[in-house]
Amino acid sequence: MPATQHFITFYVGGLFCGIDAVQVQELTTRREMTPVPLAPAEIEGLINLRGEIVTAIDLRRRLALVPRPAEQPPMNVVIRAEGGPVSLLVDEIGDVMEISEDTLESPPETVRGVARELVRGVCQLPGRLLLVLDVGKTLELPTARTSVTTESN
Amino acid sequence: MREFLVESHENLDRLDQEFLTLERNPADKETLASIFRTVHTLKGTSGLLGYKRLEKLAHSGENLLSRLRSGQLRLQPEMASTLLTMVDVVRAMLASVESSGTEGNGDYSGLLTSLDALAEGRSVPAPVREQATQSPTQVATHASPSGAGLNGTKASASSTSAGIQAPPSAAPPFVKEFVAESHESLDRLDQEFAALERNPGDKATLANIFRTIRTLKGSSGVLGFKKLERLAHSGERLLGRLRSGELELTTEMVSALLALANVIHEMLGHIERSYQDGHNDASALIDTLTRLSQSPSGSEAPSAVPEHRQPSHQARNFAGGVPAPPIDPAEEPHATPKEAPAVPSVADSTLRVDVSLLDKLMNLVGELVLARNRLLQFSVGQEDHDLVAVTQRLNHITTDLQERVMKVRMQPIGNIWSKFPRLVRDLCAQCGKEVQLVLEGQETELDKTLLEAIKDPLTHIVRNAVDHGIEPPQVRQQCGKPTAGRLQLCAYHEGGQVNIEITDDGGGIDLARVRHKAVEKGLLTTDQAARLNDRQALEMIFLPGFSTAEKTTTVSGRGVGMDVVRTNVERIGGSMDIQTRLGEGTTLKIKIPLTLAIIPGLLITCRGERFAIPQTSLVELLRVDPAQGGAGIEMVYGAPVYRLRGKLLPLAFLDRELRLQAGSPSAGSVGPVDIVVLQAEGCPFGLVVDDIHDTEEIVVKPMGRLRGLPCFAGATILGDGRVALILDVVGLALHSGVLAKLKERSFADASESHEQREAGEPLLLFDLDAQTRMAIPLAKVSRLEVIVSSRVERSGGLEVFQQRGQIIPLVRLAQFLSKAGATTDTAGSDELHVVVHSAGNRSVGLVVACIHDIVQKPFELQHGTDRPGILGSAVVQDRVTDLVDVEGVIRTACPAFYAHATT
Repeated sequence: MPATQHFITFYVGGLFCGIDAVQVQELTTRREMTPVPLAPAEIEGLINLRGEIVTAIDLRRRLALVPRPAEQPPMNVVIRAEGGPVSLLVDEIGDVMEISEDTLESPPETVRGVARELVRGVCQLPGRLLLVLDVGKTLELPTARTSVTTESN
Repeated sequence: MREFLVESHENLDRLDQEFLTLERNPADKETLASIFRTVHTLKGTSGLLGYKRLEKLAHSGENLLSRLRSGQLRLQPEMASTLLTMVDVVRAMLASVESSGTEGNGDYSGLLTSLDALAEGRSVPAPVREQATQSPTQVATHASPSGAGLNGTKASASSTSAGIQAPPSAAPPFVKEFVAESHESLDRLDQEFAALERNPGDKATLANIFRTIRTLKGSSGVLGFKKLERLAHSGERLLGRLRSGELELTTEMVSALLALANVIHEMLGHIERSYQDGHNDASALIDTLTRLSQSPSGSEAPSAVPEHRQPSHQARNFAGGVPAPPIDPAEEPHATPKEAPAVPSVADSTLRVDVSLLDKLMNLVGELVLARNRLLQFSVGQEDHDLVAVTQRLNHITTDLQERVMKVRMQPIGNIWSKFPRLVRDLCAQCGKEVQLVLEGQETELDKTLLEAIKDPLTHIVRNAVDHGIEPPQVRQQCGKPTAGRLQLCAYHEGGQVNIEITDDGGGIDLARVRHKAVEKGLLTTDQAARLNDRQALEMIFLPGFSTAEKTTTVSGRGVGMDVVRTNVERIGGSMDIQTRLGEGTTLKIKIPLTLAIIPGLLITCRGERFAIPQTSLVELLRVDPAQGGAGIEMVYGAPVYRLRGKLLPLAFLDRELRLQAGSPSAGSVGPVDIVVLQAEGCPFGLVVDDIHDTEEIVVKPMGRLRGLPCFAGATILGDGRVALILDVVGLALHSGVLAKLKERSFADASESHEQREAGEPLLLFDLDAQTRMAIPLAKVSRLEVIVSSRVERSGGLEVFQQRGQIIPLVRLAQFLSKAGATTDTAGSDELHVVVHSAGNRSVGLVVACIHDIVQKPFELQHGTDRPGILGSAVVQDRVTDLVDVEGVIRTACPAFYAHATT
């Protein structure tokens, strides 16, 4: 009897993605965003989540997808992570799905680029594919490029 | 059942007391009878409730006690210890009963054997003792006499529930506590050793040290750290003999004891990481300690195995009915319980709390402060009096709560100072100096994080003071000072800040030598160096890589130092001031805020985003409006500056530094500009922002994952719930490069302010014509312009051009200086290069052929000319260069200029 897991699913730039529900702290609607200058491009900014300052990563940019249209407010998928919660900005929240770990396959050739590195596995559902993201890798950002020049001073 | 437990616990506590009484007075039949009754009751009850093992243990104890009571046996310290151990084990079993309903499955056979053996009148067989040290609980059999009152109970309780035979790693919380406690005691030890060395006759200090080491021995024994126990034991033995007066304290002993403290620290480190006391068994140190404790009367001290002597030794004392003198090492195991009652009074009223819990609490209070701020805003203009009253009340409570919680995070500065006596002692030994360290205001409290942050800077300063500040004894004697130098650390609160003063009565900083060094390192010319005032010269020691030490010692003097110290102090919003008198000493004054968690901050806006600037870095606010006359922001070769009271204030544009969108307003643009003047590492610079708002109490929060961005110190949540970033002023200054330029310039400024025609200041180089290279002191240049010749108009016989509504007269420098070839100069070209000089609100433009460069290299000015308008000539970049006398030229060319400018 293979173990099943719950996945929080969401849509981002036409992709249907899922994250292990255990790692998700909460889902929230749009919050006031404070941009962080000099931060990596994937960082959308900081949000105030009931007094806690949460870093928001734009998942579209993280997956190198086309930017989200300005009129489409993102949703926050807040992830529990070491060093404080992190929010992933997605287009739309889907259902919670129960999937057994052994139905996950390695990503097909159609998934390319950065997305391929971040996808832990693919689950074939009737009519569509669920891309299960590797949360650790998704939150791992290239080190702040901008700071390099100043550190040498 | 519950009753049994409560009752038994009470009984056990009484037993502890009674055993101690009995030990002092072994003939006290009444106490003995009481003990017997208690143990007997315990046996009975536990048997009734089915706790067989507990019953058996109590039974063995009862046996021994009954023989004592009947007079068949006489109480010996060994028995007392074993009985006390029994009490501890019983207590552990009861704890287990309480938590799990069973007695636990500990193996107390060693203890039982001991009790039975003693009851039969035999001594405890050696193998049992040996075996007893194998497992944590059984260790209690052996070592609890010293640790019984403190950790012994807790430790055995824990191991009971965790399974008696489990390795020590099974009880990390206790180990952690033990390590924390021991580190604290060791810090105190360092201090006490240093005190002892100064005053070897101080019995009280010696007794303290002795107690600390013994407690450590006991606790480590209980927890099964045998190496540590053995080491502490050897130290204890030496200390015991010192205390009893059998031995005189020698320097060698102090060193050995200090080494002991070091090794213990090391072992504790091991324990903390791996719950094991490491591989180093420190046998060499144990040998040394043993050897030291044996001399001088070697015959009296077969102390390699002193325990074997204990029974007889002790028996003698008991037999004589004389309480053992407290100095007798054999009596020591009982001294701790006796002293223990004094400790709980503090221990009971204090609580160890995890720092992370405090941080969370602080966060919540921060939240409350923010919510309060919003509510206060909201309540303004409300009609409802009740609401206003409640809001006010909430306001007061919140403020109160904020203060209290902050207070919880406060720690006395003495916590970090406690390391200094030892540090100073070691340094003195290394440098051959004598220093008396005076600590004042140790109870001054400041936030824990700040305390951590100033630890290293302070250590560095103390090192410096001993190594460089205080002279060797011979030198001091020649100067008529006492041979021992005095280093005083003094801390006190003042105006919401903590002041720390480090004063030494050493040689002071030789400013002549500082100047000399600065020249030697090529930082200044001889002339400039001589011109620095003392304050400016003193500033030099904060330059990176600057050291006046004649030779680098292992202690300090490698020039990595004061700049780092200052940076660290400023990072936490502090400032540093230094005063020195040659031959008399140096005083360093550090001011730091009480806390970092909630600070006053200035809110500003830039490109629609709000930022907070810590108030501590703020110098002043400026609003520059070129339309109102006066100079605006000017460019000196790409670097924006503003003239603030005659000095060039370098500027950084916040939007540009942070790469905010929509580009930055160009320098010299029309319209008012807001400048926040900030101070970074002692140098002021201006930050150009869009708008300046209020100051507000802001709650500093970490930036989560984005730590390490160059320009931000953290983030905060504003009254409207939005997040705002807090600017890191030093980081921003470094990022924008303002600071690097500043450091160069602040020394150039020094010479500039004295006399204007000085060599070595930054020069603007330009070509007057194809052959003639000329220079103007950069300080005289307010900006450079390129204008098309069609803009040149004439007015009152002078060539002029307009800029921002101002009429600027032009002087064609080549014509003015009537050089050969002047007629062919720039007349034909379309563009004119103009060097603009300003005084007051008036400007004049000097037309030159071509701007070349800015140099800051010092050069030798040769006063060999009496040409009007020329100060002299020098060789710059391998070319002969004439230095223009700007005032002279202007005074001649347009005499009205200065008359107007001054009005």
